[in-house]
Amino acid sequence: MTFKSIVLGTVAALLTTTAAMAEEMKMAVTTSFANSGLADVLLPKVKEDTGIDVQLLIVGTGQALALGAAGDVDAVLVHSRAAEEKWLAEGNGTHRTEIMYNDFVFVGPQEDPAKAGGAETATGALQAIAGAEAPFVSRGDDSGTHKMELRLWKAADVTPEGDWYKAVGQGMGAALNTASGMNAYIMSDRASWLKFANKGDLGIVFEGDPVLFNQYAYLPVNPEKHPHVKTDLVNQLEAWLLSDKAEELINAYTIADQQLFVYNAAE
Amino acid sequence: MNSIGEGLWQAARLVVTLDPDLVEITALSLRVSLGATLVASCIGLPLGAWLAVNRFPARRFVIAILNALMGLPPVVVGLIVYVLFSRSGPLGVLGLLFTPTAMVIAQVIIITPIIASVAHQAIRDLWADYHDLLISLQATRLQRIKTLLWDGRRALMTASLAGFGRAIGEVGAIMIVGGNIDHATRVLTTAIALETGKGEFDMALALGFVLIGLAILVNLGLHFISRTERGARW
Repeated sequence: MTFKSIVLGTVAALLTTTAAMAEEMKMAVTTSFANSGLADVLLPKVKEDTGIDVQLLIVGTGQALALGAAGDVDAVLVHSRAAEEKWLAEGNGTHRTEIMYNDFVFVGPQEDPAKAGGAETATGALQAIAGAEAPFVSRGDDSGTHKMELRLWKAADVTPEGDWYKAVGQGMGAALNTASGMNAYIMSDRASWLKFANKGDLGIVFEGDPVLFNQYAYLPVNPEKHPHVKTDLVNQLEAWLLSDKAEELINAYTIADQQLFVYNAAE
Repeated sequence: MNSIGEGLWQAARLVVTLDPDLVEITALSLRVSLGATLVASCIGLPLGAWLAVNRFPARRFVIAILNALMGLPPVVVGLIVYVLFSRSGPLGVLGLLFTPTAMVIAQVIIITPIIASVAHQAIRDLWADYHDLLISLQATRLQRIKTLLWDGRRALMTASLAGFGRAIGEVGAIMIVGGNIDHATRVLTTAIALETGKGEFDMALALGFVLIGLAILVNLGLHFISRTERGARW
């Protein structure tokens, strides 16, 4: 009977789902790493060279570290030094390996009503936006980008609050969509911005201040706390990330002729 | 906005060329949601029938709870399943988090109350018609439930399809427990969320149209099967 065969087929399909392949590991990464498209370049090469199938969980830095602390992933690749060090101090990981950096840019309406583009420093640009009470979209999701933004507001000696400051509590893409819809200012990592397809009237209004550099680090989950983590594979992936090949691929990755990531892992 | 037109065009292109990524995530969407519907039906349909034919003190209360659970927020279900199946959670040793199995479990929790509630309504009406007959035949409780389930199968299919409809379009829970991992747990709804996040509205809409088309196909397919079963009767 047809119905029966559908039922049996579904049951059979369900039963086979758990038969996982041998060389898989899970890594929690930030949205900026995945949305930049770099993951699509690196992961196939990782698979080719090491045979490891790296499964990515694309979340904010806060959630990535939480997944690592719970032992639900084998390693994390994030960008928020203070949070990473706290995470390590709590015994969640073995060590922190710096891999590369990219930078943040301030994106806003191209006519730049708050004159943020004329500022000398990143904090100056934020002060200009706050002074003009121009709409500003914040990630508001405890991600690395959000934490960086809050540090900058603090450095700028501004408490961002009021109708103009909109914390959306979502990922980079959703926040950019909001900013695009409201023609608002927003801080984004360069990669996500360049890859973003719904730019509307927005453009980069401020960039280049060294405080906007954004260091990515690779952190293996502590096998003493979570014996099931695949330390072998985690170490192999780390060795690959430290190889000349990774350096070459990362430095060569461009969007619209702009280099997005600068490899700076110590030898 | 020409995005919708672009989306439709893109959807047509993906379907016609049988884009391998699309086929993969569509197959997983179907597998997870049909699997969840199947399991939830096995629980929900007999539960609905049992509630219809039995009289016990807390019956109204149980039915009220069941109806309330129809509105269970998927994000909360996702979070609870995540906490249970996390490596640090009570069921962590099973290693089910971020697998399709975990997604099925979350969806079963979400749609079982819907299926049970709709089934209960249908069976209750049928029970009113069959009550005297089944009592006079001295049918046992189990026999009564079996008879009602079989004779009410068309209405019960509607119950299951309501559950399926909720499952196939659900994103909050499976995003959390599945993790939207490429080639592992990515389904249509989580892919739509991802493409929206990238600002790729054309692609997101295209996947949306595929999802709607899929839901319609499954519904039509099941109605077709059930009609042939019952001959010319409608």
